[in-house]
Amino acid sequence: MRLIKEITFAAALTIASLADAAMGHADEIKAGNLIIGHPWSRQSPMGGSVAAGFMTIQNTGTEDDRLLKATAEITSNVQLHAMTMDGDVMKMAEMPDGIPIPAGQTVELKPRSLHIMFMGLASPVMEGEDIKGTLVFEKAGTVDIDYEVMAPNAGMGQ
Amino acid sequence: MIRAIRYGALGMAAVLTAIFAYTYFTGGTPPIKPMIDIGGPFRLASSKGGVVDSNDLTGKPYAIFFGFTHCPEVCPTTLYEMSAVLGKLGDKAKDFHVFFVTVDPGRDTVEAMRDYVANFDPRVEALVPTPEQLQQIAKDFRVYFAKVPTSDGSYTMDHTATVFLMDGETHLASTIAFGENQETREAKLRKLLGL
Repeated sequence: MRLIKEITFAAALTIASLADAAMGHADEIKAGNLIIGHPWSRQSPMGGSVAAGFMTIQNTGTEDDRLLKATAEITSNVQLHAMTMDGDVMKMAEMPDGIPIPAGQTVELKPRSLHIMFMGLASPVMEGEDIKGTLVFEKAGTVDIDYEVMAPNAGMGQ
Repeated sequence: MIRAIRYGALGMAAVLTAIFAYTYFTGGTPPIKPMIDIGGPFRLASSKGGVVDSNDLTGKPYAIFFGFTHCPEVCPTTLYEMSAVLGKLGDKAKDFHVFFVTVDPGRDTVEAMRDYVANFDPRVEALVPTPEQLQQIAKDFRVYFAKVPTSDGSYTMDHTATVFLMDGETHLASTIAFGENQETREAKLRKLLGL
């Protein structure tokens, strides 16, 4: 399990560094040595009770940091998850120790990978809305963020 | 992981041995049939009311996919992507069905599944097995599923993310992997439907 997490994490780092070069940063939030880029979510299906949050987290400092937890106004049940594919099986793992944000690196929370998981939603999140929440880091402390809720199929292969 | 590889290798060895034995004893090549047949008869509660009986699907190719409504990524993505292709094929695929079978019948009732599939193309139809039926259909389709506890005392599910494309004689025709590109997805559906 730990191996899977580490592989996911390494993959996320690699892709993040590529994506980082390719796209500009909209909605950047600075918190200490961290730069949080474009927190977003997608409209969740009616009848579903979960949604996922994505963003990039860049650590410009020389010390490692760690995302310990996330909160959101829409639910008290927010978790940090890693999704991986093991062959044709989708595996979902909670990351109880948080998500490491190594010094000098950018970690990308994105579909099919690391994400913030909003659970137990009373109603779906809708495109055009904002989800207000916080991220709690070991070093950078608590940061307020707004997730932009995008189309239901945002970030899917078309 | 290693165990999976080992079983995979054993399985492969068994299949190769069987082919060799067949060829050796019959002096011919085996007929072109899927070496591992995927699928089996089922009769499951449907989100459209009543039941879907696989016996009634003879002559009607269909797609079948396993997931659950508390699924953040694989299930909505797959169902949106299938819906996009169905929209493109339009009336040419009007009798085609994408069956979405829940692997979480403890939470996914027929009503919950009906609300959920309403997000997608109307040809996406949810099927809700009992726990016993789920064991059987998962075995028949070689689908893996497992509950994964979460820190809030609840759980999420690991599950096979493949879409199985079944021909009109209830044999596996092809599969679509999670995240496969839309052109390939469309081409596979067109081939299945002879379009």
